[in-house]
Amino acid sequence: MQSPPADGKAISVEGLGKRFGKVVALDGISFEVAAGAVLGLLGPNGAGKTTTVRILTTILRPDQGRATVLGIDVARNSQAVRERIGLAGQYAAVDENLTGRENLRLIGRLTHQSGSVVKKRAGELIERFGLAAAADRVARTYSGGMRRRLDLAAALIHKPPVLFLDEPTTGLDPASRSELWEVIAELVADGTTLLVTTHYLEEADRLANRIIVIDGGKIIAEGTAAELKSRIGGVVVEVALADQAQAARASAALGAVGTCSLTPGGKTVEIKVSDGTRTLVNVVRILDQERLEPISLAMRESTLDDVFLTLTGHKAASNKAEPAPGGRRRSRWGEG
Amino acid sequence: MTSLGVTPSTIGRRLAWTVSDTLAITWRNLLTLVRLPQLLVFSTIEPVIFVLLFRYVFGGAITVPGVAYVDYLMPGIFVQTVAFGAVNTGVGLAEDLRKGLIERFRSLPMARSAVLAGRTLADLTRDAFVIALMCAVGFAVDFRVHTSAWAFLGAIGLLLLFAFAMTWVFALIGMWTRNAESAGAASFPIMAVLVFASSSFVPTAGMPDWLRAYADHQPVSAAADAARALVLGGPTAGKVLTSVAWSAGIIAVFSPLAVWRYQRSA
Repeated sequence: MQSPPADGKAISVEGLGKRFGKVVALDGISFEVAAGAVLGLLGPNGAGKTTTVRILTTILRPDQGRATVLGIDVARNSQAVRERIGLAGQYAAVDENLTGRENLRLIGRLTHQSGSVVKKRAGELIERFGLAAAADRVARTYSGGMRRRLDLAAALIHKPPVLFLDEPTTGLDPASRSELWEVIAELVADGTTLLVTTHYLEEADRLANRIIVIDGGKIIAEGTAAELKSRIGGVVVEVALADQAQAARASAALGAVGTCSLTPGGKTVEIKVSDGTRTLVNVVRILDQERLEPISLAMRESTLDDVFLTLTGHKAASNKAEPAPGGRRRSRWGEG
Repeated sequence: MTSLGVTPSTIGRRLAWTVSDTLAITWRNLLTLVRLPQLLVFSTIEPVIFVLLFRYVFGGAITVPGVAYVDYLMPGIFVQTVAFGAVNTGVGLAEDLRKGLIERFRSLPMARSAVLAGRTLADLTRDAFVIALMCAVGFAVDFRVHTSAWAFLGAIGLLLLFAFAMTWVFALIGMWTRNAESAGAASFPIMAVLVFASSSFVPTAGMPDWLRAYADHQPVSAAADAARALVLGGPTAGKVLTSVAWSAGIIAVFSPLAVWRYQRSA
């Protein structure tokens, strides 16, 4: 395996900027990934995730800043970088008219390995990714999950020490998604450095040691999954009440358990917390003391929307540069 | 243990890899033709229809002095066939781009020209097959070579060189338009101007002066005239040189442009 540079950084990004015409895709981002670590790049569409991956995989050249993979400059020595990285892009980039095995052999040959090494490695990957039964069928007949696994296998054909996965599970059903997560978790256990982009907080949480949240080409938060969750609330408890007056009372009383906010209708209180179950017990106790009877009481995982509302004040999907009108939920962290 | 540390240290190694990468991509594209034989069938049906149409429907009304119309027509049909076939080069590349395959290829340590060269070489192989088939169709409808077998093979070689040049033009168009529909749509006007306003089907003598001035001096006519001279006889060397110069010039201009565009794709 390629040994990482002396400073132990597999990926290093400094002040990276990229614009497409008038659109600023990346606005000077900097981060580092230690060798063997997993970084999750979390953000909505258009945040700059794919642009970052494309620059690091030498497909795009940055306008500003510098990026290195294993200490090698991606813009100046792109050929050397390509020998050391694997990429599974946003679309499962498999040739549908080739069989699974042929796809792997093609990519293997293009990474300049000998025929016998490629043959052996393709066989191993087919077994490992559960494609043995379908290996000699054309990829057109594969399900979405199988294509993704084949795509990932192709990215690993030359045992790259650094792997980039751009939204690896977008478009997959929950079962295929957790299957793919398991495969990725195994890779990481083998010591591969991984940069994975995703829209899903759950996915970032599941795969990455460290998460960077980006929006509008800028880093807006950074930390471990636990740190981010404690800051933005990993779980949302929703308490629906009969009317706005009751909701306002509940919101005031529940401030003790976590960051409370009222939904636009004004009848539901949302509390962002890191420990849902204990909070739920406290919520019930407080509501009982206040003699408030909720219409419903629910607990759900934070969605990307919750994260973005908390961090930026706007919904993830709209991805506007300005905060939502009134900035209703801005600068809430640190409260509660 | 792995090949990760291997970097081409000499120009020789690099060249060997370029050849090997190009062959790998060629193999992949030819495999597509085997897996989707309908692509090949459709790219032959059209020229066969053109042969039958011109031979039996329009042919009776077209008189070319000193030569049977079918003998005049067939070299033109060959040129038209390879020119239309080149559209598939652009469409195929645009498909690869849309499906993310080019993005993957660009992240690999492979030669930058290999994806395009592999595509154009595979399409050249397809053209050779289609031309062989068209020859059979031609002979079946009374097309005769008036010169020698060598001259006829020379004509085939000249047509393949022209075919290769055209695939590079459409490779650039495919990389530019980025989707199969646009690549196809963008190709038709180019085809109409190049193929129909040429000496492929009828002598340019009957065209108005302004059109004739163009039709006599464009690559499709040059290829048709040269192929025709090789199979019918008469003054040949100048026509062959003109066509070869056109093809070489087109390759020299369009292949670096297409590769340049490839490196900025995705």
